[in-house]
Amino acid sequence: MSLPKICGIETEYGISLKTEGEFNPILTSSLLINSYAQPAFKRVKWDYEEENPLRDARGFDRAVAEAPGEDDSGLVNVILPNGARYYVDHAHPEYSSPECSGARELVVWDKAGERILEESIATARAVTGDTSDILIYKNNSDGKGNSYGCHENYLVDRRTPFANIAKHLMPFFVTRQIFTGAGKVGAESGAADIDYQISQRADFFEVEVGLETTFKRPIVNTRDEPHADAERYRRLHVIVGDANMSEVATFLKVGTTSLLLKMIEDDFITDDFSLREPVACMRAVSHDPACKLACELADGRKLTAVELQWEYLRLARKYTQNEGSDPVEDAVLDKWEATLEGLERDVMSLAGQLDWVAKLALLEAYRSRDGLDWSHPKLRLIDLQYHDVRRGAGLYYKLAGAGRMERIVSEDAILHAVDHPPEDTRAYFRGECLRRFSPRIVAASWDALIFDIGREPLRKVPTLEPTRGTKAHVQSLLDASPDAVSLIANLST
Amino acid sequence: MASGEHTRKPKPTREEAAPTEAPSKEARTQEVDDLLDEIDEVLESNAEEFVRSYIQKGGQ
Repeated sequence: MSLPKICGIETEYGISLKTEGEFNPILTSSLLINSYAQPAFKRVKWDYEEENPLRDARGFDRAVAEAPGEDDSGLVNVILPNGARYYVDHAHPEYSSPECSGARELVVWDKAGERILEESIATARAVTGDTSDILIYKNNSDGKGNSYGCHENYLVDRRTPFANIAKHLMPFFVTRQIFTGAGKVGAESGAADIDYQISQRADFFEVEVGLETTFKRPIVNTRDEPHADAERYRRLHVIVGDANMSEVATFLKVGTTSLLLKMIEDDFITDDFSLREPVACMRAVSHDPACKLACELADGRKLTAVELQWEYLRLARKYTQNEGSDPVEDAVLDKWEATLEGLERDVMSLAGQLDWVAKLALLEAYRSRDGLDWSHPKLRLIDLQYHDVRRGAGLYYKLAGAGRMERIVSEDAILHAVDHPPEDTRAYFRGECLRRFSPRIVAASWDALIFDIGREPLRKVPTLEPTRGTKAHVQSLLDASPDAVSLIANLST
Repeated sequence: MASGEHTRKPKPTREEAAPTEAPSKEARTQEVDDLLDEIDEVLESNAEEFVRSYIQKGGQ
């Protein structure tokens, strides 16, 4: 029986200053986060004890040493009242969403991250009094060969052989970009030049499976850092995705991948869709906005990305008919089907749903009105500014404001999620403890809270079970604990 | 639905125009033109310099 797909998204945002001259992205990122975080939360330290980014899911430990980043210690790192982590990573501000129970919730808390970054621009300005604008982009490339990530995380059963996960996810990841892609003008990283491509990220993947995240990027990442009970769980760390502005794209990205993982855990997929050359195919699919290119499978079959996705959808329909599904999964299946139909019929029919098509339609409209050649810098500016998180200036938000982008969740839900944790994962316990008891919390992480209740020793409350600590599970405990001392006492009885 | 049928459809030929080619004039309506006018108001000025100066340190 497959596990519930607890999931989250971590996004490294692009950062820039409008003024000329030198700019230190680490200092500016720190300023954003420091000015945003409430003092009561800022003094709670991030607990690094359980962090182990070099452990490999294939069984070896610290196999290939990735140089420790400048993010490793001493930099700004706060936990937000919604259970998220907000910190400086690799010279970018990064928002790691709280753990969510499904695709719709994750859209809400991922979007809440954009609102937090947008608000941080205002809080930073209030601190410095500076009139120069900090610019924040939710994208994955600067167009000059530098990429930064948007990683998804999924709870996976430890008993599922990693080789099975890699085998079945590889062709899925190579082809899902037809709905997860955020679109990009031009090519990078040595890829053959092209006017426009589907994905921001595809040019940056060089190997099939591996541990690295900042170079030699693998399609299937093997980082084995569960942030949970390691005997029972993996946290599948997915680095292949684009950061999405479109709610539909995030919903599909998370929803379809969750269904794939459930099928893999239940050993449901007997078909073998292994690709002959996954890395080359990844680029080729991205470089084919017509979605007509055929990928060659290891067994010699040739299928387009859309056709391969139809195969996965067919399996997922059959799987959910056998095993049951929840309403969010049903909505994912229907949206997946409508999207594949649209991509087959007329790619541009999805301009209101998918980022890469919305951006392409906007670029084509500009090209048509102004007679612009694809090499015109204005098109690269439109590409970049599509991802600006400011709702008054970001071009995605201009399209959304004109009612041209389909929404999955309400703005009220997003704004509520800025300050409140999801109620049906352990993020609820983390967020509520911080809200109620932060003066008594010394440190926190994904899988523990450390309390100082005024006498030695410090008390560590592990949260190793991502499905526990929900509102249903701990609200009465929290309500019966007027302070941290009574919470610790109630937990130990 | 009968999704199995979809994979058996004949593949469209490569001759069909890719969407990156030849933007169609009729794709632009008055509504789109109004939207472009609105976007012109917020689009950063000096596109070439702006795009050139956007350089990021690599990330994950």
